[in-house]
Amino acid sequence: MHADDRVVQDTDPLRPTQGRGGPAVGSWVWLPTETLQPLIDVLRTDGMRVIGPQVADGAVVYRDLAEAGDLPVGWIDEQDGGHYRLQHDPEAGFFDHVVGPHSLKNFLFPARETIGHFLREDGTWRQVEDLPEEPPLAVIGVRGCDLAGLAIQDRVFLGGEAVDPGYHRRRESLFLVAVNCRRAAATCFCHSTGCGPAASAGFDLCLTEFPGRFACEVGSERGAAVLAKLQEKVPLIACTDSERAAAAEQSERLEQAMHARQRVAGEPAPRSLNTEGIRDLLYDNLEHPRWEEVATRCLSCTNCTLVCPTCFCSSVSEVADLSGDAVQRERHWASCFTLDHARMHGTSVRSSTASRYRQWLTHKLAGWIDQFGTSGCTGCGRCITWCPVGIDITEEVAAIRATSPHDEGA
Amino acid sequence: MHAEKRPQSKPRLAVYKFASCDGCQLQLLDACGRLLELAERVEIAQFLEASSRVDPGPYDVGIVEGSISTAEDRERIQQVRRDCRFLVTIGACATSGGIQALRNWGQIDEFVASVYASPATIDALATSTPIADHVPVDFELRGCPVDPGQLLDLITSLLLGRRPRVPSESVCAECKRRGTVCVAVAQGIPCLGPVTQAGCGAICPAHDRECFGCYGPAEATNLVSLTTFYEKRGTPRERLTKLVRGINGYAPAFREESDRLESADSMRARP
Repeated sequence: MHADDRVVQDTDPLRPTQGRGGPAVGSWVWLPTETLQPLIDVLRTDGMRVIGPQVADGAVVYRDLAEAGDLPVGWIDEQDGGHYRLQHDPEAGFFDHVVGPHSLKNFLFPARETIGHFLREDGTWRQVEDLPEEPPLAVIGVRGCDLAGLAIQDRVFLGGEAVDPGYHRRRESLFLVAVNCRRAAATCFCHSTGCGPAASAGFDLCLTEFPGRFACEVGSERGAAVLAKLQEKVPLIACTDSERAAAAEQSERLEQAMHARQRVAGEPAPRSLNTEGIRDLLYDNLEHPRWEEVATRCLSCTNCTLVCPTCFCSSVSEVADLSGDAVQRERHWASCFTLDHARMHGTSVRSSTASRYRQWLTHKLAGWIDQFGTSGCTGCGRCITWCPVGIDITEEVAAIRATSPHDEGA
Repeated sequence: MHAEKRPQSKPRLAVYKFASCDGCQLQLLDACGRLLELAERVEIAQFLEASSRVDPGPYDVGIVEGSISTAEDRERIQQVRRDCRFLVTIGACATSGGIQALRNWGQIDEFVASVYASPATIDALATSTPIADHVPVDFELRGCPVDPGQLLDLITSLLLGRRPRVPSESVCAECKRRGTVCVAVAQGIPCLGPVTQAGCGAICPAHDRECFGCYGPAEATNLVSLTTFYEKRGTPRERLTKLVRGINGYAPAFREESDRLESADSMRARP
């Protein structure tokens, strides 16, 4: 077949039944790497704030993205407990880094947010409606674990009776360009949690990188609409079935290698987490000596919780001016590792580091299941990498499992 | 200040200086517009950094900057305590002895002899110690210098009769909230952020520098674990001792750790 035969045209079976003509939901097209810039331009022209991975301060972080040239082409990240280093790799593509310290949480559930503004006039309080308008967000480069983390935070902020208005507003307009990972860091264990390495759902567009081009899966009507606009600038070529299979195979190969804990293209073996019966395993071991042991290493510094894409604790304070007549209601990220987090009636009910580490880990991997019907862990490994002393959630669970009185001989 | 405007109802505030660089008092002056707002609500009866006028006590709130480093200071703080209903100390010097407390590990006579042309004119104690070692203190506000926002919040809290909003978490929480990439993890720089109380807004790591512990030890922390990890990653123990024994080196948690590092170092040096 000649390549031109596959240019998506009005006669193409992939054409959506409605709209201006573009690839349909579920279809795949090729995006040459040069189309990343027009893709960014289309999103920005649509009034979106575009966020994408970029190298800054020794890591790949999410930042406002205007130029495709700012994407981290040729960079990979070496990660281990308490260790992250960028390395230049001439073979690496646009997205061969894995995950950095930032996640979607930084944008949907921002670290600081003014959620109310109140004035006292003549002894009466009045709420001022002056919260800033935010443009819709488009995030390029999110991974399977990021999407899983988003789905978990959706349950927290949108799933209950109380819907978080700010999160809801940002989530409704969020546009996601996902990427299927081609490599795993030593701290990755998404294959254990079922969250990756492929981005399976929840995206508008999903890219699988090949030399010089991306196979792009259309995940939503909004994704299709964006490609329709892109198609006005550049011709799009549909992927053949065998090309789609090759893209899927790339993710499957990585997942199988992670399961086999093989070295992936020169990488150290990824971690793994045995999640079988994990809820009961942890509940049955609340007095396990490992909690005291990990407390000799844990700093209670809060890093694991703040880099976690699903941790959602916050603290709300009313910040008054000196007169006490103008009050801003400020919300900021909080952490179960601080004494203040569990302070009641003048004292902290979790005064030891052991009790705080146990609270975090049992909530993340066990209590979360009861509370939200899902584990709170996506296997992204951020808590391992960004722990200043390299405490490893998979190692802690394995230690408890190895010596659990309930699992002996298993 | 106009005597006819609410002369009796305003709380009276006094600001004192002991052994210090005046930087914390400057933070109060730097609060600019909010300082004027403050002056509307309190009578600033003594603040030599701002005015040479001193109105006699007693005062409702005394703010003390600086450490006790002379015999005269040691006496003076007793009168300050008697003059003030609430006594709050501000800054590393007042709350932990300050950078000048480094002399607590040395010999005062040697320092005096090597620094001053006429050592006989120097009358200093052998140690620099926090105010709370000498008189009861109602609240300690950490920092080198203190944060103007926290300082004004403290004064506002005293005026409104509520607990001051001073975080007890580590500097890491502030780095993560501002999106700063961890300098310890991504660059291998030994940083005191994980064991230091927040309050500064995590300024230094945002400029690729380690945290120097200006706000003193965090409430619940584990210095041994952190320094052990840094040492395993190749930081010499001597450098770690110096890092911990810095601005707030005489704060109990930092003091114990630098002493432990030093004694372990000397033990290791034995044949």
